[in-house]
Amino acid sequence: MATRQTHMLGRILIAPSVLLLFIWMIVPLVMTIYFSVLHYDLLNPGVHDFIGFENYYYFLTDPAFLASLKNTLVLVGSVLIITVVLGTLVALLMDQPVIGRNFVRLMVIAPFFVMPTVSALVWKNLLMHPVSGFFAWIATSLGFRPIDWFAQAPLFSIILIVAWQWLPFATLILLTALQSLDEEQKEAAEMDGAHAFSTFFYITLPHLARPITVVILIETIFLLSVFAEIFVTTGGGPGLQTTNIAFLIYSQALIQYDVGGASAGGLVAVVIANIVAIILVRLVGKNLET
Amino acid sequence: MARKRTTTRIVVSTVSAWVVGFIFFFPILWMILTSFKTELDAFSIPPKFLFFHWTTENYATVQERSNYVHHALNSVILAGGSTLIALLIAVPAAYAMAFSPTKRTRGTLMWMLSTKMMPPVGVLVPIYLLFRDFNLLDSRIGLIAVLCLGNLPIVIWMLFTYFKEIPKDILEAARMDGATIGKEMVYILMPMAVPGIASTLLLNVILAWNEAFWTLNLTTSTAAPLTVFIASYSSPEGLFWAKLSAASTLAIAPILIIGWFSQKQLVRGLTFGAVK
Repeated sequence: MATRQTHMLGRILIAPSVLLLFIWMIVPLVMTIYFSVLHYDLLNPGVHDFIGFENYYYFLTDPAFLASLKNTLVLVGSVLIITVVLGTLVALLMDQPVIGRNFVRLMVIAPFFVMPTVSALVWKNLLMHPVSGFFAWIATSLGFRPIDWFAQAPLFSIILIVAWQWLPFATLILLTALQSLDEEQKEAAEMDGAHAFSTFFYITLPHLARPITVVILIETIFLLSVFAEIFVTTGGGPGLQTTNIAFLIYSQALIQYDVGGASAGGLVAVVIANIVAIILVRLVGKNLET
Repeated sequence: MARKRTTTRIVVSTVSAWVVGFIFFFPILWMILTSFKTELDAFSIPPKFLFFHWTTENYATVQERSNYVHHALNSVILAGGSTLIALLIAVPAAYAMAFSPTKRTRGTLMWMLSTKMMPPVGVLVPIYLLFRDFNLLDSRIGLIAVLCLGNLPIVIWMLFTYFKEIPKDILEAARMDGATIGKEMVYILMPMAVPGIASTLLLNVILAWNEAFWTLNLTTSTAAPLTVFIASYSSPEGLFWAKLSAASTLAIAPILIIGWFSQKQLVRGLTFGAVK
């Protein structure tokens, strides 16, 4: 009797959250699906003809889609590699006996708290400017010709900025995981004559496998939607060189006013993200029990 | 001999860790320094590190020319408002799921998390059109709703992982003594849950403050927070480095401080409890 009451109460307490999230997810998604089969152009109001899968056909065969899919994959992949590899190295370094480690931690984590528009503009102007930027000064001092970052390597510039923002995240999580590693196990291995190298590969790295997976999956979800950094620096250009899927859909919707096409593109983005999401939910789900 | 090796090791790792930390932090440090320069010094090559004419003029100009305070206030209202509302909705739900879990609790939590995985760009078109039709574009209320719903899954998850660690026996003892559910929540659960709620609040204020997809797409001026205000410096005619730096420094300072205080909780919150 008491349990039934508790269950009833429980349902009432959970209901608002479930209802709101359901509306938040289902209403726009259904609308996106609906728009995606219409010829719907904001510049041509009143015309909402049903055209079936034509929008999908145009979106998927548009060379811009392939270009932006490639850019998305390069961006996500490069940032993942940079953050996981450097993050592991920095975390290992900070796990050593370091005087003033807490202060170093503060410096390392700081970039994560900087809003994307600030980090993008500070990097683009103060650091990467081809004439007066800090990097240009370093290059000239060392006798090299300064790189015109956003003209010569636009996508790489975006990758650098985004990697700087996410490196602290990877480092912090991997450091937390390292600190939970049993010291005795490592010491026993060292007593048995294991080199630092083999201790790393046989004890530390297997221990880091799960946190690294978590970092990869969470970062992937956010990196698939990188937007502000592109919006304030390159606007997707030059040409399509820095347009990712998110930015392509944005420009189709709010610059070209092609509601139908952007909706079809949006659903493609949802499908791509879902493939990643399924893997993540499974992984995090396992941790629920522990 | 052994001691000497340890000393060397400490010196080497300390020096390298500080160098690495400094490199991470350098762009922020450089921005802060630039914010105190004149525009001329900001562009100078070779760069001036400390020996330049220090000035706070940029900070004054940023406010005079662009009404900085208005956007900062919007950031506070949007981040604070969306987080508080999310907490109000999430606390009862997380409480119920943590203290009287049913067969469906796990599935519900997973489903909530999955809503967070939907790329915002997938629903940009309908949200934009709905906002336009309901006159919500560039309004604080509309944006608070979007930010609140966007972060609700994270809020519920974080609270859930904290609530789960509160011993249930205490609540049962209180119930035996005749405490009602309401009293139980206010007098027993809340004091124990406050640290968890506080770190949930801080992390979500950070996330909402820095949110730069919906704020850029749904606001222009009236409701525009600092993310949008800073983005206005991206136009070519707005290339004033010292002023950009001053505005940026002000925009990130509060969140940097909050972030530093809550960094230990950050790992847990952002990995949905998977790494503690």
